[in-house]
Amino acid sequence: MNIKGVDQSKRQFLTTALTVVGAVGTGYLAVPFLAQMQPSAKAMAAGAPVEVDISKMESGQLIRVAWRGKPVWILNRTPQVLETLATLDPELRDPFSEESLQPESSKNPIRSIKPEVFVAVGLCTHLGCSPTFRPEVAPPDLGDKWKGGFFCPCHGSWFDLAGRVYRGVPAPTNLEIPPYRYITDTQLIIGESPEEASA
Amino acid sequence: MKNLIALLLLLLLSFGVAASEGIELQEANIDLSNNASLQRGAKHFVTYCLGCHSIKHIRYLRIALDVGADPKQVLKDIAPEGANIYDQLHSAMNAHDAEKWFGTQPPDLSLIARSRGADWLYSYLKSYYVDPKSPRGVNNLIFKDTAMPNPLWQLQGEQHAEHKKNIWDDEYIKLIIKEPGTLSTGEFDIFVNDLVNFLVYVGEPVQLERQRIGKYVIFFILMFLVVAYLLKKEYWKDIH
Amino acid sequence: MKPSRITECNEWFLARFPLTKLWNEHMAHYYAPKNFNFWYFFGSLALLVLVNQILTGIFLTMNYKPDAKLAFDSVEYIMRDVNWGWLIRYMHSTGSSAFFIVVYLHMFRGLLYGSFKHPRELIWIFGMLLFVALMAEAFMGYLLPWGQMSYWGAQVIISLFSAIPVIGDDLSLWLRGDYVVSDATLNRFFAFHVIAVPLALVMLVFLHIVALHEVGSNNPDGIEIKDSLDPWGHPVDGIPFHPYYTVKDLVGVGVFMLFFATVIFYMPEMGGYFLEHANFIPADPMKTPEHIAPVWYFTPFYAILRAIPDKFAGVIGMGGAIVVLFLLPWLDRSPVKSIRYRGGIYKKALMLFVISFLVLGYLGTQPATPTATIFARIFTAIYFGFFLLMPLYTRWEKTKPVPKSLTTVHSLEEQLPALIEEITILKPASTEIGHTAFKGSSFTRSPNPEGIKNLISRLVKNAIGSLD
Repeated sequence: MNIKGVDQSKRQFLTTALTVVGAVGTGYLAVPFLAQMQPSAKAMAAGAPVEVDISKMESGQLIRVAWRGKPVWILNRTPQVLETLATLDPELRDPFSEESLQPESSKNPIRSIKPEVFVAVGLCTHLGCSPTFRPEVAPPDLGDKWKGGFFCPCHGSWFDLAGRVYRGVPAPTNLEIPPYRYITDTQLIIGESPEEASA
Repeated sequence: MKNLIALLLLLLLSFGVAASEGIELQEANIDLSNNASLQRGAKHFVTYCLGCHSIKHIRYLRIALDVGADPKQVLKDIAPEGANIYDQLHSAMNAHDAEKWFGTQPPDLSLIARSRGADWLYSYLKSYYVDPKSPRGVNNLIFKDTAMPNPLWQLQGEQHAEHKKNIWDDEYIKLIIKEPGTLSTGEFDIFVNDLVNFLVYVGEPVQLERQRIGKYVIFFILMFLVVAYLLKKEYWKDIH
Repeated sequence: MKPSRITECNEWFLARFPLTKLWNEHMAHYYAPKNFNFWYFFGSLALLVLVNQILTGIFLTMNYKPDAKLAFDSVEYIMRDVNWGWLIRYMHSTGSSAFFIVVYLHMFRGLLYGSFKHPRELIWIFGMLLFVALMAEAFMGYLLPWGQMSYWGAQVIISLFSAIPVIGDDLSLWLRGDYVVSDATLNRFFAFHVIAVPLALVMLVFLHIVALHEVGSNNPDGIEIKDSLDPWGHPVDGIPFHPYYTVKDLVGVGVFMLFFATVIFYMPEMGGYFLEHANFIPADPMKTPEHIAPVWYFTPFYAILRAIPDKFAGVIGMGGAIVVLFLLPWLDRSPVKSIRYRGGIYKKALMLFVISFLVLGYLGTQPATPTATIFARIFTAIYFGFFLLMPLYTRWEKTKPVPKSLTTVHSLEEQLPALIEEITILKPASTEIGHTAFKGSSFTRSPNPEGIKNLISRLVKNAIGSLD
């Protein structure tokens, strides 16, 4: 072996070059492996927009449909409920949904496109349990303050019938409203916002 | 040494002869970049094959994206009534009926091009002939006593088999169209070719994408190789 | 100057873990002979393929379903619906064939240069255990796609065990967990394929390398470099593995990846050898495909099985073809290791062995016609003859004197200028179109028929001469 007269800078340069090429290659190779853990075409197909017929819903009725495997509630709200909702603002954490997730079309105090028809993802924004539907006013177990709403049994979060969260409970934001639009007066499509449909 | 080479030659020769038996297949003209052909093939499949055969491993949406068609157009022109863009190509036929009618279940055709090959499919679909001895009245030159009736006979017309002899006195069978169908011979060839082209695409939808990516990957590895070689050469200057 | 946080962390770690020691022992201060040639790439490449198989395998299990009803469809699901699933699956399927190519070449290197001989018998034994584990791994993995070939291949191979007298039938029943290959078989093969055998493989690789680094690497001259040390106690003919062989192996990795990527992206089925056509049909326990053949890497052994006209003897023959490889270190009685210093008999015997292995491999893929069976018998006899006659011919043959230190052969790139000199002739540049002049000179080179003829006759003479 003869180490004298070696061009160390050339060696350093080539070593760096090979390291860079190797690192870039490894990076590219990592992409398919990471991407394969994303939802597959099957999951996307299963998560496709869902059509719901609401013509047979009675006043005050709640139905549940699955969209992307999540429970989505559709609630037909009575005029009394809508009146009550207007009075709750002081007790709510985010009454105008400034920090909550909803499409632009539902960013209003009652959080819906049409006032009576309320659509929401039925998962608590705290840790993902599905709250129970408690429309009755002041039941014995929840006390006098309860004006009708959704109660999460896991950690006791309170939401009103517009999915807005009360103060002093663990859930940080209002229930999520999924993108949805009306195909006809009595037919909803969940998973497509009005903006997407016009595009 | 010489004996050994002679032995090897003999060996290769004997295999070569053994390998060249069987009926010669006609060559299909497969071009997966021909979107028009793929779209026609998809349409033909839905019209003539989907009644019995599913392609459960592909969705209409995937076809639309891969053959460069608008998904809405695919639903309107290719898919049967009431299909959803996310649906796979499922046949409506129920398995029990199929068993009763054909004695066997029509296979799913998702991978038929990969197991049989394009040329076989092309030749098979063109090689039906009238055979009074067969229970179905038709037979196939490529797949003897096939359970499938000829789905394309109205297009191709009635084909008959004629036994002929070539100049070496070997017997062979020639298929001749006696009663012309709604398509001319040339049109029918294109029809079958489009269908086979579609089946080849369906066998592995990612083929074109795979070949496209391959170029970049190989170019990148070449780059790596050049740098690695230079580095090796530089270090090995030390070794005498 | 105060040491930085990172240095402190390094020191903390190194005080508790012998990383430096390990690195030096196995890389920086591991002295390897300086004359490794082409055949010495395949060890590191086998390691690379193992990593590839484990990595892609882990990701495949995320979507594969080991259930007779779902398995076939789940593979197609990976190929179509899963993002990049096709790439990961092709990397795995091509990787399995690549593994055997690399391992067969690695084993052939051992035969060429006597790497199995004293003091490396244990390395060879570990290597053979690796080979057997690899075959088990490949066989069980091949059932998982649940195609026709998967199914009937497994059926045939498991039935081999029923040839064993007395316990055979019960044994094959126990292996399958059912009366035929079924969901139970698929499920246990999955368990073995994804965890049990890979664990064994990794441990054996570890043992193989530890044993190698204890005695040191062999080389194309088959002499022990540790016999002549320099004043510092290093082998005179040795060079540190790192950086010299790490950079060299990286070149090998590059060339390998070039081939590997070409197969993955342009010929993943490899004409039906890497992915068999019949395996694109879902397994059907009622219908055997017209012609079944194992995947190419098993075909030499399968041809031996079919060549013997008795069921039990056939199984013994097939098993014997592998067992006899284990015995190699004790069958070979030659005083020299490398083929360079052996006599002509071993060279011819090795050539015949390679031919018989290839021909058996080809015959295993073909239907067993009477002619093919006769050839299979001839080459089976040669296969076993190579090993079983080895104690005789290696003792008889006259060997050449072994040099004290390594000989260096000029690499092709060093020979290239002289070679060009020989086969071309220098001519004054002409203005004719079609002749390209070298820059800055008024001469062109054109082929020299005389030189080419000389070169070819010399090569032929060398090739024939090297057999003695």
